[in-house]
Amino acid sequence: MSVDKDNVIKIANLSKISFKDNEIEKFQEDLNQIIDWVDQLSEVNTETVSPTFSSFDNDKGMKKREDIINDGNYREDITVNAPNSEEGFFLVPKVID
Amino acid sequence: MKKLTELCLYDAREGLLNKDFTSKELVLDHIEAMESSRSLNAFITETPEIAIKSAENSDLRFNKGTNRDLEGIPIGVKDMFCTKGVLTSASSKMLSNFIPPYESTVTNNLWNEGAILLGKLNNDEFAMGSSNETSFYGPVINPWKGNNNEQNLVPGGSSGGSSASVAANISLGALGTDTGGSIRQPASFTGTVGLKPTYGRCSRWGIIAFASSLDQAGPITRNVRDNAILLKNMCSHDPKDTTSSSKKIPNFEESIGNSVKGLKVGIPNEFFQEGMSDEIIDIWNKGKEWLKKSGAEIIDISLPNTKYALPCYYIIAPAEASSNLARYDGVRFGHSVNSSDINEMYKATRSEGFGDEVKRRIMIGTYVLSSGYYDAYYLKAQKVRSLITEDYNKVFNSVDVILTPSTPSSAFGLNEKSDDPLSMYLNDIFTVPVNLAGLPAISVPAGLDSNGLPLGLQLIGKPFEEETIYSFAKVIEDSANFKNIENQWWVQ
Amino acid sequence: MNNLVKGNTGDWEIVIGIEVHAQIISNSKLFSGSSTSFGADHNTQVSFVDAGMPGMLPVINSVCVEQAIKTGLGLNAKINNFSIFDRKNYFYPDLPQGYQISQFEQPIVGNGMITIDLDNGESKNIGIERLHLEQDAGKSLHDQHPSYSFVDLNRSGVALMEIVSMPDMRSPEEAQTYVKKLRNIMKYLQTCDGNMEEGSLRADINVSVRKPGDDLGTRCEIKNVNSIKFIGQAIDYEAKRQINLIEKGDLIEQQTRLFDPKKGQTRSMRSKEDSHDYRYFPDPDLLPLTFTDEFVDELKKTLPELPDIRKKRFIEDYDLSSYDSNILVSEKETADYFEAAAENSNPKLVCNWVIGELFSVLNKINKTIEDCPIKAEDLGELVNLIDNETITGRIAKDVFEIMLDTGENPASIVDANNMKQVNDLSEIESVIDKIIENNPDQVNALSEKPNLIGWFVGQVMKETQGKANPKTVNEILGKKLLKKG
Repeated sequence: MSVDKDNVIKIANLSKISFKDNEIEKFQEDLNQIIDWVDQLSEVNTETVSPTFSSFDNDKGMKKREDIINDGNYREDITVNAPNSEEGFFLVPKVID
Repeated sequence: MKKLTELCLYDAREGLLNKDFTSKELVLDHIEAMESSRSLNAFITETPEIAIKSAENSDLRFNKGTNRDLEGIPIGVKDMFCTKGVLTSASSKMLSNFIPPYESTVTNNLWNEGAILLGKLNNDEFAMGSSNETSFYGPVINPWKGNNNEQNLVPGGSSGGSSASVAANISLGALGTDTGGSIRQPASFTGTVGLKPTYGRCSRWGIIAFASSLDQAGPITRNVRDNAILLKNMCSHDPKDTTSSSKKIPNFEESIGNSVKGLKVGIPNEFFQEGMSDEIIDIWNKGKEWLKKSGAEIIDISLPNTKYALPCYYIIAPAEASSNLARYDGVRFGHSVNSSDINEMYKATRSEGFGDEVKRRIMIGTYVLSSGYYDAYYLKAQKVRSLITEDYNKVFNSVDVILTPSTPSSAFGLNEKSDDPLSMYLNDIFTVPVNLAGLPAISVPAGLDSNGLPLGLQLIGKPFEEETIYSFAKVIEDSANFKNIENQWWVQ
Repeated sequence: MNNLVKGNTGDWEIVIGIEVHAQIISNSKLFSGSSTSFGADHNTQVSFVDAGMPGMLPVINSVCVEQAIKTGLGLNAKINNFSIFDRKNYFYPDLPQGYQISQFEQPIVGNGMITIDLDNGESKNIGIERLHLEQDAGKSLHDQHPSYSFVDLNRSGVALMEIVSMPDMRSPEEAQTYVKKLRNIMKYLQTCDGNMEEGSLRADINVSVRKPGDDLGTRCEIKNVNSIKFIGQAIDYEAKRQINLIEKGDLIEQQTRLFDPKKGQTRSMRSKEDSHDYRYFPDPDLLPLTFTDEFVDELKKTLPELPDIRKKRFIEDYDLSSYDSNILVSEKETADYFEAAAENSNPKLVCNWVIGELFSVLNKINKTIEDCPIKAEDLGELVNLIDNETITGRIAKDVFEIMLDTGENPASIVDANNMKQVNDLSEIESVIDKIIENNPDQVNALSEKPNLIGWFVGQVMKETQGKANPKTVNEILGKKLLKKG
C-alpha cells in the first residue's frame, strides 16, 4: 500500500473533503490501486525530456489582452447564484486571522 | 407523413431551405421525441419553450430571407456548456441549482447561426466517467440493445446524453466535450459520429472545466457530413480563451467526398492489445481494406509510448481537475452546507456536493501534486506526455491519418463496471493519447459486433487537419453502410 | 557600522529579508477586463473571471507584463524571456478560484540589486532574488455581522508584483530604507503608486536573529505590514522577542505572524490550520510567457531617469551636496518639485528652502509635497527675490508664510505689503545715526563687548521692519561704530 490512511486523511484535508470511517478504507483501496497502476511511468526514461506545458501550439507566444476596462460592473449577476449573500456581499462563516 | 426526426441534420436543413416544412414543425417533432423518450434519461433539462420561440423566430427569418447557416435546427447541448438562464449542472449535485448569467462561446456561436436549444443533456458528473453512470441525475440508457437481450446498456461517457439523444433521433446533433474520449467512446457505443477537434479549435470559454489542457468541445451527429456542418458553426477564434486558435476556420463540409487516393494511413502496432477481441480486430481490418480500396496507402507505424498514455492521463487529468474543482466551495454559487466554521462548511459542502468518482479524482489529483510526489507523478507524467506527443509528430511526417479502433469493446451493461474504477478507466485506452497530444480524431460507426452492437473506428489526424479526417471518415461511412437502430423500444 | 543588538548573553545580529507586494499601475486586472481603481462600491469591479465562475478563463494583460519588465530593469535585474504562471492551491473565502495564479519556479524577473543610502552617509547593496507576477485576492470584512464575514471581490485579480529581497538587511533602518527605495524606484517608473494606506504596497518581513558569524537562525514571517513606521516597529519587537526566547533556552518556531500596530507587537496567526501544501503546478489555462530581447530593449528605452542617476545629475548640474541630493531624490515628488522651482532660480538656495523651510512647514501642517500649497514656480520666484536683493531673507520668511496661507504669488505679496528691501544708503544711514544718538551707553560698551554690534543690527532691522539691506547695514555700522572704537 503506497498510500496509508494518514496520507488519505491529509489528502482529504487538502481537498476539503471529509469521509466517514467506512468510506476512507474504500477510497484508500481505490487510491492505492490507481497509484500503483500509474507508477508504471517510473520505468520511462525522461532524463532529457522537458515537460509539456500545453498541447496548444502557438508560435506567436501567449495571446495578451490590451489594458482596457471592458468587463465588470454587474454585481447582481455576480451574486445572483450565491447561497448566502447580503447587500451585494458574499457571506461566509466568520474568519479570523 | 414521415416523422421529421428521421431526417439527418443536412436533410433537415435542405428541407427548411426548400420550405418543405417549417422550423416549428421540425422542432415540435423533436420536442415530442424528447418527451416520449424520457426513459433514456438523456436530458437533464428540457427547454421546449425556448425551442418553440426560437423556431418561430427562425421561420420569420426564412420568410424574410435572412436565414443563417443553421437556421431552425434543434440540437442538444451537454450540461457542461454554460447556457444563460438555463440550469447548467455538469450533472452534479454541486451545481444542481446553478443558472449561469452567461453563455458559452461555442453555444453562442451556434445560436448566432440560428441553431435552436432543445435541452441540456445528461453526462457523467463533471464529465468524469466512461459510462454516464456517475451523473447525479442518474444513468443514461443506450438506445441500442444486444441481440435477444433486454439488458440495459450504457451509452458511453461522459457525453452519454449527447450520444444517446442523437442515436435515438431526439436531436439532429449534439454537443459533447472530450477530455479523454468523452465524445468518441459514446459515439462508438451508440453508432454515431463523434469528433474531438484539435485542442484550440473550439473555445473553452463557458464550458465547465474538467482538465483544462485536455478538454475540447466537439459535435456528435448521425453522419459525417452533419458533423462537419456542426463543427464549422462551433469554431471561432475567441479572445477570451488564451488557448483558442486564430487559425483560419475552413468550411469542413467541403472536404466531404474528397478523394483519399494516394494519402497514407498509419496502423500503429502498439494498439494491438493483448486479449483484444477478434471482433475488434476484424472491424479494424475491414477499415484498412475500405481505405485501401479507395486508393489510400496503408503503412504500419509505431507509437512506442502508447502504453503509457493511460497512466499519464490518469495523473494529469485528475491533477488539473483537483484544482479546477476547488472553486466549488459553497460561497458564490452551487450547493452549500451551512456551518459556523468555514472549514467545516467547505468540507460538508464538497462531501455532499460531489459524487464518489469526482471525489476519487480530486483525491488522486491532490495526491500527485502534493509536496514530495509532484516530481514523481505530475512532472513525470508531463514529461511522458512530451514523449507521446513526439511519437505522433514523428509518425505524421510519413502518414496523413492514423486508423485505430475507437474502443476495446462495444457498449457494456449498466452497473457492469461501475464498482471497479480501474477497469472503467481502461475503456479510454485508444482515445486518451489523442487528448494528450492535442490532436483531432473522430469515431465513425463501422459495423456491428456479433451481439448486434455498434463498433466504431477512430481516425486521428494532424493538428488542425480535421478536413483530412472528414474525407477519410466519409469513405468509412460509405463503405460500412451502417444502419441506425430501427426498433424504438424506448418510446412511450 | 554596528547594528548589533545587546542581549543578556552578548550581541545579536538581526537578519532581515523582505517580500514586497506591489500593486501594478494598470487600468484593468491581470487576467480580466474589470477595473482596478480604488474605493469603488463592493463587488462592482468584478467580472465572472474574477469571481471564479464555472468555465471562466484568464487572459493576460499586456501592460502588466510590461510594468513587471520595467520594474525588473529598474532593479537592475535579469529579465527572463520565458516564464511560467503557476496555480497556488488553497482554500480561502476571498480566493474565488481556490487557487491564486502566481509564478513559482520560473518568474519573469530574476536576480537584481539596489543600493540604499543610510542616514550615516553609508551606502549598502541589497540583493533582489526575484520579481514575479501574481493576482491579488479579494477582501473579507469582519465587522459587519456577529457571525459572518462579508466578502468583497473588487481586488480579486488585481495585478501584483511580488519582489523578494535577499536576506541582506541587518537593522530596522536598513529594512525601512530598502522599502522606501523600492517604492521610490517604482514611483519613478510609474509601475506602482506606492500608496501603503490604500494597500498598493505591503511588505512581508522575514526576521531571524543569530550570534555574529553563526549560521542563519530560524525565521518568522510578519505578514502584510503596511507602513514604513510599522516595518521598523515590527522588526524591533520581533527581534527582541526572538532574542528573549533563545536566551531563555527556547527554540524559535518557524511561523507566520501579524503585526498589531496598536500594541506595537507581533502575534502568531490563528487561522493557519493544516500545514500548507500549495501544490503549485503550471496553469493549464495559460501558456508560457515569452518575449524577445528586442521587446525588452524597446522598453528599456522608455524608462525614465531613476533616482540614482538623478542624484548624480543633481550633484553635477546643480552643484548640490551628495547628502542634499539624496534627500531630494528620495521622493520622486520632492525631486520634481525641486527641479520645477530651480528651473529659473539659484538651485542651491532653492534646495535650502525646500529641505529647510518647506519640509518643516509641511511637517507641521501634515501635508505632503504633492499637496503643497506653494507652487514650485512661486518658491523659485521667492528665491529670486532674495537673490536679486528685492527682499531680505527675514522678510522672505514673512512672504513665505503669506504664500502658505493664501497661495499667492510672492512678487504681488511683496508689492501689496510694501516689503521691498531698503537699499538707499542715506535712508539707512539716517536710521543708524538716530539709533547711535539715542543709545550712547551701548555705543560706549561696544569697545568691551564687540558682539553688541548685533544688537545694533537688530535695532536697525526693527526700525525698518526688516527691510533694510543687511549687507549695507553691516557696512555702515562697521564704519561708524568700529571707527569710534
